[in-house]
Amino acid sequence: MSNQENPNKVQDIHEYLAAFDDIPGTRVFIAKRARQGYHMNQFAMSLMTSENRERFKADERAYLDEWPMTEEQKQSILDRDYNRAIDLGGNVYFLSKLFSTDGFSFAEAVSTMTDMTFPEYTQMMINGGRSPEGNRSIKENNEKAALAKVAMEDQKFAGDKKEGN
Amino acid sequence: MAKITAGVASSHVPLLGVASDFGKDKDDYFKPIFDGYEWTREWEKAEKPDVIILVYNDHASAFDMKVIPTFAIGCGEHYGICDEGWGPRPVPEVDGHPDLAWHIAQSLILDEFDMTIINEMNVDHGLTVPLSMMFGKPEAWPCKVVPLAVNVVTYPPPSGNRCWALGEAIKKAVESFPEDLNVQIWGTGGMSHQLQGPRAGLLNREWDNMFLDGLIGDTDKLRHIPHFEYLRETGSEGIEMVMWLIMRGALGKNTRALHRHYHIPCSNTAIGHLVLRPDNGEGYDMTNSGVADLEPAE
Repeated sequence: MSNQENPNKVQDIHEYLAAFDDIPGTRVFIAKRARQGYHMNQFAMSLMTSENRERFKADERAYLDEWPMTEEQKQSILDRDYNRAIDLGGNVYFLSKLFSTDGFSFAEAVSTMTDMTFPEYTQMMINGGRSPEGNRSIKENNEKAALAKVAMEDQKFAGDKKEGN
Repeated sequence: MAKITAGVASSHVPLLGVASDFGKDKDDYFKPIFDGYEWTREWEKAEKPDVIILVYNDHASAFDMKVIPTFAIGCGEHYGICDEGWGPRPVPEVDGHPDLAWHIAQSLILDEFDMTIINEMNVDHGLTVPLSMMFGKPEAWPCKVVPLAVNVVTYPPPSGNRCWALGEAIKKAVESFPEDLNVQIWGTGGMSHQLQGPRAGLLNREWDNMFLDGLIGDTDKLRHIPHFEYLRETGSEGIEMVMWLIMRGALGKNTRALHRHYHIPCSNTAIGHLVLRPDNGEGYDMTNSGVADLEPAE
């Protein structure tokens, strides 16, 4: 079978890219983010030598100032605010060089991006991980929430009527 | 003639490398993971492959943002071990097979797969963790390796269909290499995992096992799964599974499973491991097949 016969071949790049925004709690590393985060990711990459790691640890601010990053990007790194860093174009595989520099395990660093403590996160993983149920689509979640709200109001209305009787 | 005699799929979680390097593989946490590779370690000792075509992704180690090749093949003599932020893993360096690699690279380009050729690079956990899982801790790796790096970090990665087709072209290329070589192809990465954002920690046992099922037998339905489905169902890093399709595509129309292993969790990730034989009348030893076709109970 040739590539041309792929029934799921992407026909519209705009639709392809827009669909990613519907996934809850996720930033897909598309070109827009790759461009925005270029220097932040290259900074993280530079931590792959012990010499640079030592220089960074000695004066984080001065080391960051060697890179043409935005002030917000630098602050997100200084704060180790990884959700923010990813919002500003960071990629987790690049940022992981910073996890290692700090002596954090991948899982512990990742847990800081969730609403859980590391022990809670570890326990969730041992229990089978985060379920995809309810985590597939922002649109679907909003629709479900709207329906639930309507159902609740209906119930309340029915209850009020009953009381009125 | 060189032949692809088996396909192996495995996750390549960096923590497995740490567990192996620091002798933690018998700990309560890691033992069930490593036990699932025991069968394969014994099997590999008997199989004695000459060369592994090792499909993996670099995790911002050899390639940074400066150059992002979609498909790149290592044609060098030798590969060093990356320092991924905590010093290089204490594992043997990796020997390439430039004769076979250059033959595959040339064949693929003539077959209209426009490969990037790498002569010098270091390799990271994506490549070395599968070697540790399959071979343990030898003084030197028991075979040569042709690294095949796939971009699954910066979007878009190649489609599943393109990966499968690349596998088909690799099979053709290997079979036109004149020297008798026992070649295996490994697909690594996955299975479900998400390493970023509030949704981090997502795992999907049901989907992962559907995917493992789809690698066995004569179905090719997996090649048509769109990127969006990997992202939604298996987390943002589950997309690595497209690399398993390169392995599967190189095994011909029909396969049989010799061994299957699935375990949750390892760090942030679901571990999947499968050993496949091409089953198109080649007459390979199918010992243990059948028992491995079903999802193992945990």
